[in-house]
Amino acid sequence: MIHSLFIINGSGEVFMEKHWKTVVSKSICDYFFEAQKKSANPEDVSPVIATPHHYLINICRNNLYFVAVLTNESAPLFVIEFLHRIMDVFEDYFTACTETTLKDNYVIVYELLDEMLDSGLPLVTETNTLKELIKPPNLLRKVANLVTGDSTNVSDALTSSQLSNIPWRRLGVKYANNEAYFDLIEEIDAIIDRNGTTIMGEIQGYIDCCVKLSGMPDLTLTFVNPRLLDDVSLHPCIRLKKWESEKSLSFIPPDGNFRLISYHIGSQNSISIPIYVKHNIQYREGSAGRFELTVGPKQTMGKSLEAVAIECAMPKSVLNCTLTPSQGKCTFDPVKKVLTWDIGKIETNNQNSTRLPTIRGNITLAAGQPIPEGNPTLNVRFTINQVALSGIRVQRVDMHGESYKPFKGVKYITTVKNGRFQIRT
Amino acid sequence: MSVNDRSLTTSASMNMQGFGNSSAGSNQSDEQVEPASTLSIFSLDMKKHEDIKQMLDSNKENLKLDAMRRVIGMIAKGKDAGDLFPAVVKNIVSKNMEIKKLVYVYLMRYAEEQQDLALLSIATFQRGLKDPNQLIRASALRVLSSIRVPTIVSIMMLAIRESANDMSPYVRKTAANAIAKLYALDPELKDELIVIITKLLADKTILVNGSAVQAFEHVCPDRIDLIHKNYRRLCNLLVDIDEWGQLTVLHMLTRYARTQFVDPNKTYEDDKKSFYDDNETEKNANDDEESLDKKTYIMDSDHRLLLRCTKPLLQSRNSAVVMTVAQLYYYVAPRSEIHIVAKSLIRLLRSHREIQTIVLKSITSMADKHKEIFGPFLKSFYVHSNDSSHVKYYKLEILTILANASNISTILREFHTYVLSPDKEFGAQAIHAIGRCASTIPEVTEACLNGLVGLMSKKDETIVAESVVVIKKLLQINPSQYGDIIKHIVRKVDKVTVPTARASILWLIGEYSDRISKFAPDVLRKMAKIFPDEETIVKNQILNLAAKLYVMNSKQTNLLVQYVFNLAKYDTNYDIRDKTRLLRALLFQADKCPALSKNAKKILLAPKPAPLLESIIRHHDQYTLGTLSYVIGQAATGYKDLPDFPPEPSDSSVRNVEIIPVSTSQHDSSRNPKKGTTPGGKKNTGIDENFFSDEEEDAEDASTEGPDDEEEENEEDEEEEEEEESDEDDEEQSIENKNKTNEYEQLDARSPTIVENQPQNSESSEEEEESEEDESESEESTDEDEQV
Repeated sequence: MIHSLFIINGSGEVFMEKHWKTVVSKSICDYFFEAQKKSANPEDVSPVIATPHHYLINICRNNLYFVAVLTNESAPLFVIEFLHRIMDVFEDYFTACTETTLKDNYVIVYELLDEMLDSGLPLVTETNTLKELIKPPNLLRKVANLVTGDSTNVSDALTSSQLSNIPWRRLGVKYANNEAYFDLIEEIDAIIDRNGTTIMGEIQGYIDCCVKLSGMPDLTLTFVNPRLLDDVSLHPCIRLKKWESEKSLSFIPPDGNFRLISYHIGSQNSISIPIYVKHNIQYREGSAGRFELTVGPKQTMGKSLEAVAIECAMPKSVLNCTLTPSQGKCTFDPVKKVLTWDIGKIETNNQNSTRLPTIRGNITLAAGQPIPEGNPTLNVRFTINQVALSGIRVQRVDMHGESYKPFKGVKYITTVKNGRFQIRT
Repeated sequence: MSVNDRSLTTSASMNMQGFGNSSAGSNQSDEQVEPASTLSIFSLDMKKHEDIKQMLDSNKENLKLDAMRRVIGMIAKGKDAGDLFPAVVKNIVSKNMEIKKLVYVYLMRYAEEQQDLALLSIATFQRGLKDPNQLIRASALRVLSSIRVPTIVSIMMLAIRESANDMSPYVRKTAANAIAKLYALDPELKDELIVIITKLLADKTILVNGSAVQAFEHVCPDRIDLIHKNYRRLCNLLVDIDEWGQLTVLHMLTRYARTQFVDPNKTYEDDKKSFYDDNETEKNANDDEESLDKKTYIMDSDHRLLLRCTKPLLQSRNSAVVMTVAQLYYYVAPRSEIHIVAKSLIRLLRSHREIQTIVLKSITSMADKHKEIFGPFLKSFYVHSNDSSHVKYYKLEILTILANASNISTILREFHTYVLSPDKEFGAQAIHAIGRCASTIPEVTEACLNGLVGLMSKKDETIVAESVVVIKKLLQINPSQYGDIIKHIVRKVDKVTVPTARASILWLIGEYSDRISKFAPDVLRKMAKIFPDEETIVKNQILNLAAKLYVMNSKQTNLLVQYVFNLAKYDTNYDIRDKTRLLRALLFQADKCPALSKNAKKILLAPKPAPLLESIIRHHDQYTLGTLSYVIGQAATGYKDLPDFPPEPSDSSVRNVEIIPVSTSQHDSSRNPKKGTTPGGKKNTGIDENFFSDEEEDAEDASTEGPDDEEEENEEDEEEEEEEESDEDDEEQSIENKNKTNEYEQLDARSPTIVENQPQNSESSEEEEESEEDESESEESTDEDEQV
């Protein structure tokens, strides 16, 4: 049961608070600040903090901290999951959840919080239902309100007293253009050791949908190769029985953007890594070192690697790097000791290694410091469009229940979540 | 209205125009967040509120709304708006829904502080409870139960009782939610509330069930008998309950199972034992028969039902639900079935950092008990260099737990990279982990020790220090074999500067001085020189070393020991002084306590039990997995242990109920969503009862679903490719379409007009059209076909 919620910005100011029960003083956040001060990294703050009378559970996203105050035993994961859900709803309402958007829309924020929790217990968390109760802000309405001088966040639907029978889809959806877009996104997690062997490789995939269909469409999505999907989590709208028996996704979609499924392909399956990095990093006695990287594509199914970037956290004793890339741009932050090399696009067809992007140069070490023990880890980022690395493909999407013909599209992207693709050197 | 009033109002509205031109229309601007608007920047708090008061008293809705918004802004920022109470509460009768809502928000915040004034609003709620609109009834009940004014307890009780009988399931759900609130306000109402809970538990609507169980958990978690009749229905409907409701129900069912069914694991083991016992002692035919009876443990069908119904929830998108199911399996399922939760838990490791931390911690405990289930996922626990420190720590812990003779070489290689990571603290933890592996897996002890000795030559102090500490512990476990290593370490004593490491080395020398009798006195000599500059922990060990050497080899070290003791006698730390006094009495003043002195050698060099290289997490296991108490390692307020399985199962007939015909499924209700709903909401129970039920209950569904399905199949079989493109949409939208379709692969086979616009996609989709069985193709029949 969530007692109170404090929203704190990056500079440690509590700029919003909401109490579902008796008011808890803002000073409770001092325990959180203390924990924050103790940890070197903002990431390292313990998500659960026990204080003499309360328990604080916090999440950090977009440089905002949501700190929930509890007085009684309740599952921490429930609170964390709920706080993230609140953020998701805010993001859906205000497109981004930042201090400014929250401050700009504080009345809606307050109304939403009130609707989502009833004295500390979750009430309505589906954005579709929430939007039935509280209208999201949008430009059109702002203009209309300005003209008419009338402004209200509370939806007119409230008076109609009808609640949708499906909590995730509102009633009376109408679009002139009926369209449904499915983005199949796969993120690769990998650790590659210094010899180039893949120590660990996993794929985390999502299907993010943007469904703008009128009425109550009933969709069925089938895959070409559903047996690849061995470990999935499903949006509640999906009929479990159909999935278990036929491995097809049958659902009445929520209106708007939502994540239909996410799946995980574990490290037991072998995954072909579409990129390789040749590296040669050496420190030498006498305050200098060599640094050389070559990046090339590998098994990319004919597509080119895009938005390739390599990030490298150098040891503390490195003073500066003088590197010249053959492609892209290279910067070194001497304070954080982070080297970033933005490569951009790598075409697959130029296989001859002379034209592959390389970076070469010297590292200056601080004089008198010992040579660093270990070589730095490279964080690689890239995107491949039109390919899902696992080979999963959508076969077809059918719609029942409505008579119009929607536009349906599917897009495949393979990408890397920041910091999850690492090469040890 | 008096002239005065009127002028006030106008001035207020004038204020508003100055202040809010932007805000009146364009929602909320920054000025509103700061109630100190342009006009009243320098005015006092009182004055500012005066301003709002006037607006609230005005008869213009817009002004009121703006005033309310500013009030909410104050509350949101944590500023006190309590003195506006009378002015705000008046507006509860407003016709404007938003004003009303904001007043509700205000009331819930301040009613507790201004109870007398809050009573003024009660009549409105009572009226609201009778409103034909279900949403208004529900919100009236919600606010009424949330304002925490003890004097209205009886009104609340009445309202809840009535609402629990409401036609609308939404109102009944709100009533169930209100029960816990009323109970918190007045625990004496428990018995009356239990009656209502009993009724709501039996409610046919899943919307209500989650909240009813929630109320049950709050008010009377010990009245497990109330669940019996609802048990099977709750199990069957579990997948359809909303995710937060699922959480509560899962918790309750876990507890239920622990009180009603027998332990599926224990029975089996006991039987095995009795089976062998029988074999050894008697071989009577009778006995054999008995043991056979016992051995075939058959799980209660209701127990099985629970496990079967909770399994699909492992696919929930809600991490808390997945974790709770894992917990349920951990505590209730037979050992052989627990492995199915592993995969889902691993999936959660890709979630937010906070979730990762909690899940990893729970996995640590689970893996500790059931190593085998996480074995296949070893690689998922490899550490990425940018994991948060908690995540790293738990991953390391899990890897250590999962280490066994077959995978130890890969794990050690992995650990070795961690040791060299720039995160020094993590490096130290990794060394500790290596030590633990070495102590648990005898095959690699030697290799680990050699590796650790190798680490001692690294330049980094923390690595060296941690290695020494771990080596010390390992040597203590098995000292006889590794004399060479001890010698090696002794040579390091001058180079190592970290106090704990120095202390460890000195302790080792003292303890095993017989093996290095040549070195030991010399080390003491060196230490005596720098004694005053050492840390307390090192001084302590120098004293120990001195005492032990004196016992072993008094001739050579007598003077040296005396010297050290004299230095220590005047140390600033009183522990050191005390210790010196004790040791001096023991060693040099045999006359004072002869009994002790005689046994000085035995006392100082008594064989010491080897330390266990253990993690701290193990101690948290006393709390139920995944609870708050478990995570913080101390009992949180309101924490209750899971009960142990009873020795005898309860009678399963208590759970029998007359079979009630099951309602139709999601398809029907969702396809005709308006069926049975009438405006006014009083008659929609019929449809809400089968609320998005996913269960396709066979018999009923077959009749309703059957024909429909066939039709669908027909559609698909015919594979008509008659596609028409309705391109007459307004320009704007078609442009949008073009942009989007450039990235998107079309699922539909489209008419040439569109295809021309997207050269990228056209090829593929045409090809696929021809080779009929292809991926991105989608067959859609036209309306006419459906009717055929």
